[in-house]
Amino acid sequence: MSEETLGRPIVLPAESVQRARFRGPSRSVRIKIVSFLILLIGAAIIMVPFFWMITTALKEASDVYLYPPVWIPIPPRISNVKEAMTLVPFWRFALNSGIIVSLVMLGTLLSCSFSAYGFARLRAPGRDFIFLLVLATMMLPSAVTLVPTYIAFNKLGWINSFKPLIVPAFFGNPFFLFMLRQFYLSIPKELEESARIDGASSYRIWWSIMLPLTKPALATVAVFTFFGTYNDFLGPLIYLSDQSKQTVAVALSYFNGSPDVGPQMHLLMAMTLVASIPSLLVFIFAQRYFVQSIVTTGLKG
Amino acid sequence: MASRTASAPRRSRLSNRTREAIDCYIFILPAILGIVLFSLGPMIASFWFSLTDYNMLASPAFVGLDNYRTLIHDHLFWKSLRVTLIYSGVSVPLVLTFALLLALLLNQRLPGVTAFRTIYYLPTIMSGVAIGMLWRWIFNPDFGVLNLLLEKVGIHGPAWLGDERWALPSLIATSLWSAGGSMIIFLAGLQDIPNDLYEAAEIDGAGTWSKFRNITLPLLSHVTFFNLVLGIIGALQVFTEAFVMTNGGPNNSTLLLSLYLYRNAFQFLKMGYASAIAWAMFLIVLVLTLLVFRSAPAWVHYQETQKGADA
Repeated sequence: MSEETLGRPIVLPAESVQRARFRGPSRSVRIKIVSFLILLIGAAIIMVPFFWMITTALKEASDVYLYPPVWIPIPPRISNVKEAMTLVPFWRFALNSGIIVSLVMLGTLLSCSFSAYGFARLRAPGRDFIFLLVLATMMLPSAVTLVPTYIAFNKLGWINSFKPLIVPAFFGNPFFLFMLRQFYLSIPKELEESARIDGASSYRIWWSIMLPLTKPALATVAVFTFFGTYNDFLGPLIYLSDQSKQTVAVALSYFNGSPDVGPQMHLLMAMTLVASIPSLLVFIFAQRYFVQSIVTTGLKG
Repeated sequence: MASRTASAPRRSRLSNRTREAIDCYIFILPAILGIVLFSLGPMIASFWFSLTDYNMLASPAFVGLDNYRTLIHDHLFWKSLRVTLIYSGVSVPLVLTFALLLALLLNQRLPGVTAFRTIYYLPTIMSGVAIGMLWRWIFNPDFGVLNLLLEKVGIHGPAWLGDERWALPSLIATSLWSAGGSMIIFLAGLQDIPNDLYEAAEIDGAGTWSKFRNITLPLLSHVTFFNLVLGIIGALQVFTEAFVMTNGGPNNSTLLLSLYLYRNAFQFLKMGYASAIAWAMFLIVLVLTLLVFRSAPAWVHYQETQKGADA
């Protein structure tokens, strides 16, 4: 579908063909040239901050505050990156982020695919009402639940542990529940019918038939979860107090005006760059199919 | 919809149904628990806390509506409410307009269109902290790239984040950088619009503007609606970028509600008062979303069939 809808073949009947010969093609080509130019300029503007981050990250300390500015540092100081990573226990933070992100992914994938299957395929009184409630919670500002959740985790003695960040992931997420339910609804029922006739239970069907069939959707959920969790700031900020337990996102903010780093903008930008690399890798790795699956599954219904 | 149980033997039908219902409840149990434990429960608790004085050391003391009374006379609360509404009121329409324009441009067959989509989407994968740090440096009055570039064209730029008048617009500008998130959703919606509608319109002699006005906008309206609702909810709660870039300053000119709430809850440990702020915020979100929902019938069109194409 995407192939055909990308560019629109214009004009069909005879009279329009004549008109098209006269001014159609040149007009559509003109539109394309203008579009391309606008996109090019826009892309350049979007890229300026990235450029600024990278170029600052690779400068000599003494070149950061120069006027006129050094636009492209020659030679680039790759060693800034190394230095920034030794100023703070970077690998410790990366490990913490890694643990939290992978467990949150696991919990989200399991709970969302499990519950979404129930919402999509099994019938029970009240099911649709509950699903509506799930959707309604999407609109609940997290600010409302923040304080009581914090107090509850505090009562449980979970503050300064990863638990408040991980455990909720095992109880579904409205957005992904919605997405996966849509996906399950689009799978032909015949597949599970035959398994059911062969005596397979719903659990079996979910695990052995539905999960393999929904791999693309699950991958999308995993990628979104990665970004959401890896980039989360407020959660680790309030729940983790030991610096050694912090995640990359919060550690990055420690850099901001910390006495260790001070005004060393080149190191700060080097750290920002390093902290963004995991997201960048995931994005590049999943890009084609991630953007595509938002385009195809994200929003039907 | 064909009944799934129709093919099953008649006598075991009831038990099959019960079996299915039990399975269903087991399957959706995590989601139910999730709502109760992490949404509805905390919501009710939050309202209860908003009626108490609670600093996490002593047990909560019931004070009735005192927190709300204080709130009404708290000029910082009103200030933060104003800041939040200005931020959302400017940022959301701008982001949506940019996102839609980009999606329209990117929905053509152009050289490098995939690369463009990637570039425009790229900022949305950055963490709020990284975005905040980066833009703080961009807005640096003396050595930031923005003022360096302005200097090139002969403009002496302001202090941006350090200037009361420019700090909030700077935050809004930062939010525009991440318009790619809404853009990709618009793009998805655009790809769903059947091509034959445009072809039919062209046969009728419709121009570019008329096609946009009569086909694209109406058929995209449910996506616009989705983006608008999510945009409003997101903008009213924005926290990280502002926390990193200005932390409310200078002179509280960027004190968003979320920052004010954070201060009260986690710096002053006024959990009761923070809950009252949270409820005020909730009511604002609720009213605004309801308004958008109420307005929906007037401008959101759901595609029932695609029959209209062959006019």
